[in-house]
Amino acid sequence: MTAQSFAPDSGRIKARFDALKKEGRSGLVTFITAGDPNYDTGLEILKGLPKAGADLIEIGMPFTDPMADGPAIQAAGLRALAGGQTLARTLDMVGEFRADNQDTPVILMGYYNPIYSYGVERFLKEARDAGVDGLIVVDLPPEEDAELCIPSAKAGVNFIRLTTPTTVGERLPVVLNEYTSGFVYYVSILGITGTKSATDAQINEAMSRLRAHTDLPIAVGFGIKTPDHAKAVADVADAAVVGSAIVDKIKENLDENGQATPGLVDAVLSYVSDLAQGVRG
Amino acid sequence: MSQVNSYRTGPDEGGHFGIFGGRFVAETLMPLILDVEKAYNDAKNDPGFDQEFRSYLKQYAGRPNPLYFAERLTEHFGGAKVYLKREELNHTGSHKINNVLGQILLARRMGKKRIIAETGAGQHGVAVATVCALFDLPCKIYMGKTDVERQAPNVFRMKLLGAEVEAVTSGSMTLKDAMNEGLRDWVANVEDTFYIIGTVAGPHPYPEMVRDFQCVIGDETKTQIMEAEGRLPDVVTACIGGGSNAMGLFHPFLDDKSVRIIGVEAAGSGIETGEHAASLTGGRPGVLHGNRTYLLQDDDGQITEAHSISAGLDYPGIGPEHSWLKDIGRAEYVSATDAEALEAFQLCSKKEGIIPALESSHALAYVAKLAPSMKKDDIIVACLSGRGDKDVSTVAAHLGVEL
Repeated sequence: MTAQSFAPDSGRIKARFDALKKEGRSGLVTFITAGDPNYDTGLEILKGLPKAGADLIEIGMPFTDPMADGPAIQAAGLRALAGGQTLARTLDMVGEFRADNQDTPVILMGYYNPIYSYGVERFLKEARDAGVDGLIVVDLPPEEDAELCIPSAKAGVNFIRLTTPTTVGERLPVVLNEYTSGFVYYVSILGITGTKSATDAQINEAMSRLRAHTDLPIAVGFGIKTPDHAKAVADVADAAVVGSAIVDKIKENLDENGQATPGLVDAVLSYVSDLAQGVRG
Repeated sequence: MSQVNSYRTGPDEGGHFGIFGGRFVAETLMPLILDVEKAYNDAKNDPGFDQEFRSYLKQYAGRPNPLYFAERLTEHFGGAKVYLKREELNHTGSHKINNVLGQILLARRMGKKRIIAETGAGQHGVAVATVCALFDLPCKIYMGKTDVERQAPNVFRMKLLGAEVEAVTSGSMTLKDAMNEGLRDWVANVEDTFYIIGTVAGPHPYPEMVRDFQCVIGDETKTQIMEAEGRLPDVVTACIGGGSNAMGLFHPFLDDKSVRIIGVEAAGSGIETGEHAASLTGGRPGVLHGNRTYLLQDDDGQITEAHSISAGLDYPGIGPEHSWLKDIGRAEYVSATDAEALEAFQLCSKKEGIIPALESSHALAYVAKLAPSMKKDDIIVACLSGRGDKDVSTVAAHLGVEL
């Protein structure tokens, strides 16, 4: 099977990267966890992200056992779950976002079990209807493509692949196979989210390695915490992904009972604006 | 699966037992998982590796251990002859040493410089710390904070052996969270570190590899029961958390159709209370820790906490091959409650002078139910997977005794 025989995707991801190219700059991908710290506040942040300068939005689907994520994102997921977040409500959230925004690509990120439990076919249909453009599912390597990647490609939802510093040699074409689309997410460190950072030299080396194998845009994430750092990454990649640092901003603006303080949404969006300024140089 | 007349040929190339198993891990780990698989396949085909493994089992772990005819328990139950496979007599006090000897030899073969592991009751952690001392490799053991507290003697043992024990405070602070932290450590230190998984779960090739290393239990049992009785047993049974002692006992008997195979899960306060660790009896298929298997989970696919008096069974999943054996009906899976296990713990201590691990007491609790209903010339073999010294304070607390 070749990529051409798949159903067309929503086109939003490609359109956004094409537009960025025309503007001559790299993009900012922002990550928040759905329902963190609660559904309404999370939705308000989500709706404010494009204006604050997010070019693409990743929404984490909370999971109890996020093996590849660090403490910040795990805590965000547990906050959301404690507030009653479910996969169905995450799809609702995307639907509500789409009511006001038709352009900004939305990518759902998470682990496979909640999707498997929901039912792959039902999930893909509802995700597509809600306005989801892409999926990143951390625990589905190409060896398990039959589970979700191929059905996703057929359903017209981009399946975005993670590559890492260990994705080298003959493994690169295995990972960057014909089913991967949208963009490539380069996890720039060996480790979990929100911990260490890669050096510019390491990222540069990885970019040339990846570009030899794919024409897809490449977004780089893990460990980006400041506007300057986002800029440095954006200088060599097609987009910089910021997750844990944004999630930390949410946490910093909770009161002692874990409830959102009045300034939370502004604080998060103002931090995203700073990052966007950084990326735009 | 390609087997025609055998239940023993799995998994397939992708690590699947029917729909179960597989390799559901982050991309960072995939190249290493493939390396481990390749190294294990090479080792399997190298007679030198097997020879070295068998030599350590004999000289260091103390195998073969006895298949003991439990005369007083047999008399007490008044039914089938009860035999106990004495894994608790192994060095370090449980069946766990079998697997860790195999894996550490593989880690050395692969040139790995650092070992990590997760542990629940601490039996696997003690076994890993032991072989790391033996082979002079630094090791870090992840253990849920709850388990660190209820298994203090084993924590001290690990430290004596030179291991670093990290109390995991995320999630339910038990075995599943220890496994999450182990996987996180591995993702961050993939280049020099070998992860010794303690049970027949995790991404392929672990379920197969751990099973193969544990099959020594069933292989010996088969030889020993033939010597003692001149025939195969009618029932073989073992407790199941992840299911490694059970798989080790069961696998060599899978193709012997006359042998009933019964796994005993931890029913905690009772399956109906929702407070249990019985993934097969009370869960449904899902994906966690690198494999598809039966899991305790809510309607939204979130993993729920397991409950058992025994830290070693307190896990919301189970090895994928067990899930497969359940679905195809080759093995039966039942459960025993905390209370039944406590009773069996005391009974075995008093009748046989053997203090069994709380884990193994679940299997004994089922023997107590089954044996009386069987004929006097029937034979039941139960795996006594570990010794109960580590559980003495837990049991005392449940019996209201102050030590």
